[in-house]
Amino acid sequence: MSTGHDDQGHDHGHHHHHDHDHDHLHPYDPEHHHPHRADQDDSMTYYRLMEEAVRELMIDKGLVTADDIRAEVEAMDARTPANGALVVARAWTDADFKTRLIASPKEAIAEVGHDIGPMKLIVLENTPEVHNVVVCTLCSCYPRWILGIPPDWYKSRSYRSRVVREPRAVLREFGTEIADNREVRVHDSTADMRYMVLPMRPEGTDSMSEEELAALVHRDSMIGVTEVSV
Amino acid sequence: MARFAVGDRVRVHKQFPPTPPSHIRTPYYVRGHAGIVERICGAFRNPEELAFGRDGAPEIPLYRVRFRQKDLWSDYEGHEDDKIDIEIFEFWLDRAEGSEGETA
Repeated sequence: MSTGHDDQGHDHGHHHHHDHDHDHLHPYDPEHHHPHRADQDDSMTYYRLMEEAVRELMIDKGLVTADDIRAEVEAMDARTPANGALVVARAWTDADFKTRLIASPKEAIAEVGHDIGPMKLIVLENTPEVHNVVVCTLCSCYPRWILGIPPDWYKSRSYRSRVVREPRAVLREFGTEIADNREVRVHDSTADMRYMVLPMRPEGTDSMSEEELAALVHRDSMIGVTEVSV
Repeated sequence: MARFAVGDRVRVHKQFPPTPPSHIRTPYYVRGHAGIVERICGAFRNPEELAFGRDGAPEIPLYRVRFRQKDLWSDYEGHEDDKIDIEIFEFWLDRAEGSEGETA
C-alpha cells in the first residue's frame, strides 16, 4: 500500500527545503522527513505475480519443492565467468583440447569439470583475421551455463541495437580498437544456440601456467567486446 | 531433413506479420536480405508455436546464415568483409540466386 510520506503528495501544502544542514540528528518529524528512493519490494508487478503464482502452484501440486528451487537458484548463482576462463586457458595451452572444444563444446568443457547442461554452445575462435562479438538483439540470450548471469549492459536496448549496426564504434567504447583490415563478425543469438568467444592469447605469456592464464581472461573478452591483455 | 546445405545462398522472407500477436525470432534487419548458410544447427521446436503454449512440433531445421554488413546497412562503416551470423529457421528462407554480394 502507501509508502507514506511520498504518497501524501506535494499538493497539500508540504514544502521541502533541503538547503538546511543535514549533518545533525533531529527527532522524527513528518514535515521534515527526507525523501528516500522508493523501495522496490512493495509492488507486485504482472510478471512478479505470475512467477510467484506459478511457483506456488508447482509446489502445491508436488511437481517441485521449495528446496529444488533454492538449489537451482544457487547453482545458477555459482556459475561465473571463471568457469569460462578455465576453458579458455586450457584451449590456449592444449591445441588438441582447442580442436575438441570447437568440435564438441559440451564434451570438451566436461573435461575441465563443468557441465553446460542442455545448452547448445558454439565456440567462436578469434584470430588475427577475425574478431567475434556476441549479442542477442531480440532479448538477452547468454551462455549462462558457462559464464553465469549476463551483465546489465548486455541486456540493454542500446547494446543490442547498436552492436549489429555499428560494431566497431561499440567496441571502441569498450576500449577495443579492431584494425581496419581485420574482419568483425557479429553473432546474433536469435534462437537455440549460445555463443562464447575464445579470445586470442596475448603476447608475452609463454611462460605462464594455465592458472595464471585463466586469471587474465575476463568475462567481456568471452562476449567479445574486449581482448585479453597482460 | 534440411532443405539447404552449407554454402547455399538463401534469402530471408520479406514478411512483417503483426507483433504481437505473433512471436518471431527473425529480426527485421535481415528480412528480405540474402546470405550464405554457414552451418546447420540441427532441428528445434518452432518458437512461433512454443510462445503460445503449443508443443512446437514438428522440429524444424535451424541454420546459421552469414550476411555481409554492407548488404544489410547501405551506410555501413567498417571493413568490406565484416559479417553478421544469425540463426534462422528454415520456413523463413528461400533459395537465392548468385554466389556472393546481393541486390536487396
